[in-house]
Amino acid sequence: MTAAPEHAPTMAQSSLRDRLAPYAPLLLVPLLAIAGFIAVQNPASWMTLTVSGLAMGMMIFLMASGLTLVFGLMDVINFGHGAFVSVGAFIGISVLLTLGQLTNAPSLALNLLAILAAVLAAMAATALMGWAFERVIVKPVYGNHLSQILVTMGGLIIAEQLIIVLWGPEEIYFTRPEALKGALTFGDAAIEKYRLVTVAVGLAVFAAMRFVLRRTKIGLIVRAGVQNGEMVAALGYRLRLVFVGVFIAGSALAGLGGVMWGLYQEVITAHMGNQAMILIFIVVIIGGLGSVEGCFIGALLVGLLQNYVAFVEPKLALVSNIALMVAILMWRPMGMIPVVKAK
Amino acid sequence: MMHILLSGDLPRSRILALLLAVILICLAFAPFLFPGVRTVDTAARICIFVVLVASYDLLLGYGGIVSFAHTMFFGMGAYGVALASTHMGRGFDALLVGSLTGAGLAAGLALLIGLFSLRVRAIFFAMITLAVASAVAVLVSQLSGLTGGEDGLTFKTPRELGPAFKFGTELFGGELLGVKLNGRLLTYYLIFAGSALLFLALLRIVNSPFGRVLQAVRENDFRAEAIGYRVVYYRVTATCLSAAIAALSGSLYAIWLRYVGPDTTLSMTIMIDILLMVVIGGMGTIYGAVVGATVFVLAQNYLQNLMGVLSGMTEGLPLLPELLSPDRWLLWLGVLFILSVYFFPSGVVGRLRGQR
Repeated sequence: MTAAPEHAPTMAQSSLRDRLAPYAPLLLVPLLAIAGFIAVQNPASWMTLTVSGLAMGMMIFLMASGLTLVFGLMDVINFGHGAFVSVGAFIGISVLLTLGQLTNAPSLALNLLAILAAVLAAMAATALMGWAFERVIVKPVYGNHLSQILVTMGGLIIAEQLIIVLWGPEEIYFTRPEALKGALTFGDAAIEKYRLVTVAVGLAVFAAMRFVLRRTKIGLIVRAGVQNGEMVAALGYRLRLVFVGVFIAGSALAGLGGVMWGLYQEVITAHMGNQAMILIFIVVIIGGLGSVEGCFIGALLVGLLQNYVAFVEPKLALVSNIALMVAILMWRPMGMIPVVKAK
Repeated sequence: MMHILLSGDLPRSRILALLLAVILICLAFAPFLFPGVRTVDTAARICIFVVLVASYDLLLGYGGIVSFAHTMFFGMGAYGVALASTHMGRGFDALLVGSLTGAGLAAGLALLIGLFSLRVRAIFFAMITLAVASAVAVLVSQLSGLTGGEDGLTFKTPRELGPAFKFGTELFGGELLGVKLNGRLLTYYLIFAGSALLFLALLRIVNSPFGRVLQAVRENDFRAEAIGYRVVYYRVTATCLSAAIAALSGSLYAIWLRYVGPDTTLSMTIMIDILLMVVIGGMGTIYGAVVGATVFVLAQNYLQNLMGVLSGMTEGLPLLPELLSPDRWLLWLGVLFILSVYFFPSGVVGRLRGQR
């Protein structure tokens, strides 16, 4: 009979490199900002570009976060997500246009009230639409990616055409509320007020999402569901209900993003959702499917890069996002912060 | 003979065989059966779209790969012919060089996209192709110096293919069965022959051992890999083949229209049309492309008239006239799209074959 082996625990600590690896994507945003500074070479323009890049990133994040959660949680790839963006923008802007008295008044409070009303209307409408979309279009095709892509694509077409039926085929131009027009100047850098509002809204939504996902029971179930849905369902949680909730919340966020995007560009078209889809997909892919943090970082990267490149070499702006996606996927084939296992 | 020509993949349904025969005869004799500029144009469009849809079916139906970049390859072929004809002058050599360059570039680009994204994850491929295709579409409309931007390029095809070219004046008096023997007729038959050849080539590809492995990969890529097939290799090859054939069909389209523009070759609408044609015809059956493209192009050309009539009839009612206006054709397309995925998943061909 041999003696039990001596108890000799090894206290190996993983190297600094290994421990830092998960946080590496976080460094990309400041790195990109520094690279942008070197490329732009003018502190004032750099400041302006950075803020507008961040603003754009925040809006893309709003639109993309719902999609990435839905994919992670229920393995549904929704090519019709852009429909919520367009519908949100059209409803929000219609509300703003009818509230002309509030938006034309030079008072910030009244303006914000009008915007709040528009945002709430848009979010309510897109939440309802998301619910219907899930019931009617997505529900019959769970578990079949090919059908999902085809069917949600059909949903996007229908939504786009219905917008044209209801609002007419022309693009709608409008101006932002009085108090949000114009720019603030910090030294030499001029920063549009609206972009600051966008950054604030984006940060607030991100913080709220993080809080819900990290600190609440619902968030725990959602995160667990993204990791392993079957296990969560086996534990007795009605994951389907949670999923519908996430779908609705994601749609509402896309609607919010649509209103912000419409106000940013001061023009809305029925195709804007379709155009936004491209950016949304890039962000979802490079962030890693199912990851809200990855989505946030990805959106900021896309927004910043697009603004810097558009300033330095306008013709390359279109290709820059694709190049970013290629680079990130070479580095991490599953996206920056992968959550969902390979399927 | 038939067996060799169709690569052993017979229609396997009497009704389907009859349907295909009728379509083939109508297309082969279209200028004589349905004289008229618009009808011949419709027939040529059907020929071209049959090839385009069949090449997409190679990807979607046989490979199980969802791509949104197919119009990009289609456009590359079309722009290849247009650019070659503009810079080399009119002539068959320009057409040939343009088509081959377009097809080569399309295959190269497909290889690049495929190598880089097919190994990652199936769902990524759909998104990445969508992003790349839209970037290319915007790029084409921006680089107006090269591509003519939004206006596109109008160019001249060889004199022999133009309406001014007459032949057979001594033999038939310039007319056969009441149809003028001119360059347009020759162009139509060039398109028809080219499409037929490409279609038979596709039929050959999907019924070859390569096609069988592709189907195995579609059904279960894990097992296919375990048996010893390099899944990535098969997927990438299918993507390249499909891209090259799509580019060739784009070349035919350019030759027929003598014009290319972003709207006619690159737009997302065409991509959706292709998807719908594949779904209606039946995925994974190359014959589905014939049925799907024919039904769709006919509907597109003639249903819009019907919708105009309906819209006029419902004039006084609220909202209905707008819903039925011919411009809202896409709306009904979307509805049809969803309904056919739900209730008609195997398409016309799958249904007919399943009936036996």
